Amino acid sequence: MESYRTMEISYEPMSASALLLRFGQRMDATVNAAVHAAAARIRAASHLAIRELVPAYASLLVRWHMPAAGFQAPPRHAWWEAQLRELLRDLDRQAEPSATPRTHRIQVNYGGEVGADLEQVARHANLSVDEVIARHTAPEYQVAMIGFAPGFAYLLGLDEALHTPRREAPRTRVPAGAVAIGGAQTGVYPSELPGGWQLIGHTDTRLFDPADSERPCLLAPGDRVRFVAKEGGA
Amino acid sequence: MIKVIKPGLLTSLQDMGREGYAHLGIGAAGAADAPCARLANTLVGNRPEACVLELSLQGPQLQLQRDAWVALCGAPMPQARHDKQPLPMWRPVRVRAGASLDLGGMAAGCRAYLAVDGGIDVPPLLGSRSTDLNARLGPLEQAIKAGDELPLGPPVELHPDTESLEWSLDPSPWFDASQPVVLRVLAGSHTTMLDDASRRALTEATFQVGTDSNRVGVRLLDVPLMLREPVEMLSEASVPGVIQLPPGGEPIVLMTEHPVTGGYPRIGKVADVDLPRLAQCRPGHRVRLTWIHPDAAFSALHEQRRMLGKLEGDIARRLTGEA
Repeated sequence: MESYRTMEISYEPMSASALLLRFGQRMDATVNAAVHAAAARIRAASHLAIRELVPAYASLLVRWHMPAAGFQAPPRHAWWEAQLRELLRDLDRQAEPSATPRTHRIQVNYGGEVGADLEQVARHANLSVDEVIARHTAPEYQVAMIGFAPGFAYLLGLDEALHTPRREAPRTRVPAGAVAIGGAQTGVYPSELPGGWQLIGHTDTRLFDPADSERPCLLAPGDRVRFVAKEGGA
Repeated sequence: MIKVIKPGLLTSLQDMGREGYAHLGIGAAGAADAPCARLANTLVGNRPEACVLELSLQGPQLQLQRDAWVALCGAPMPQARHDKQPLPMWRPVRVRAGASLDLGGMAAGCRAYLAVDGGIDVPPLLGSRSTDLNARLGPLEQAIKAGDELPLGPPVELHPDTESLEWSLDPSPWFDASQPVVLRVLAGSHTTMLDDASRRALTEATFQVGTDSNRVGVRLLDVPLMLREPVEMLSEASVPGVIQLPPGGEPIVLMTEHPVTGGYPRIGKVADVDLPRLAQCRPGHRVRLTWIHPDAAFSALHEQRRMLGKLEGDIARRLTGEA
């Protein structure tokens, strides 16, 4: 496994109070783990007064507090870049808090009314439906990032045999809880949304609850997920 | 309480937006033209960050259930009336309980902000009262509609002379409807990937704001831009102002309700200082872009914030009779 220490991070100014850190352009679990490790380290550096950290597959947006308009100009990007470079200089997988992420088990009713594309996925993979379920429940997935819609987690780790192109005609309404595959990615629709992913099942687990201000989303970036086939499903 | 008689074209609850949830896919939303929203609040004695109504193109008709101070800032609304009286903008106006506010259309620009003393006091959701219309998220999940009753916070007492004073703010630093609007842009990750003609066109052409522009993004039409070759990129976090270039060649400038992450090439970034002016571009508005150095953009933003902060302080003193 490659060390984070050799990983080149580039820094690009975004807004006046944000930098985008790029860790390359690969969709890869190790690169993504480095992103989460960097986020954890920056979050722990409370003296920097960071307001927002938005991880993605291979990048991390860092947005800091813009002090109220006084008379002294706030520090510019170069100052922040120097701070962050110093902070991330010896980024090390073992030492980061994200080395022990939360793991969620999500019960899935494969197939059924919601998982209407399960057989299509099986045909595409040239596998039986049972084999698709076995391969979808086997890995421990990594929440690479959350985007597209509130609580929509992109999971890394899908078995290559299950990689399936998105539907040619996206659905205008995919129900909350739909478990889906889109290309090399898998995930769960947290609320009713339009969507082009192949639907393979449904979970009753609630992934998004905006009324819960402590934890509106079950899954957070860097978390691990296991899908468990519900008895009597498919 | 404010009673909604007619909702207007698209009127929503907005404050300064939701912070700290972007990593969960929950964006900021908030007033698109933040300085105007802050000034409207300040003019009725509210905190600048309080919840206001964001009006778009055609304003609502409302009825106030208690005596109130109101202030309207942003795009000019010459037909705005309270109980048939003209409603002057950019100043506090005393409106009696039961009075109807009929705000009418905007003569230019795209958005205006109506603040009421006490602020609109719905319970915040995830730290904000803003409606994210695109994500259908907020204490109100959608634009206001006829029959809605919007609670108000405790009334604010202003200096007794406020009603009779003949003053209003100078709108010129905060609203400019001239055409074409010139927006200052910073280079983006993929600016150098534009083909030569597109790179020149970016700052030499005049774009037109598309009709399907909204709080998510402003579409720039008339001059399609092309990359030298297609760019495959991973989805990454975005911020308002980022100019995305989808394969069709029509740039989209992201606004306050942009999805938290996006995967289109980024050919530039409208400087933060010019985002309020972008928010005032209605469909058909002509837009030009001009390069600005990041240091100059930063200084301009700092100066805008300093001016705004000073003005907020001056207004507050005036309303309490200190000046």
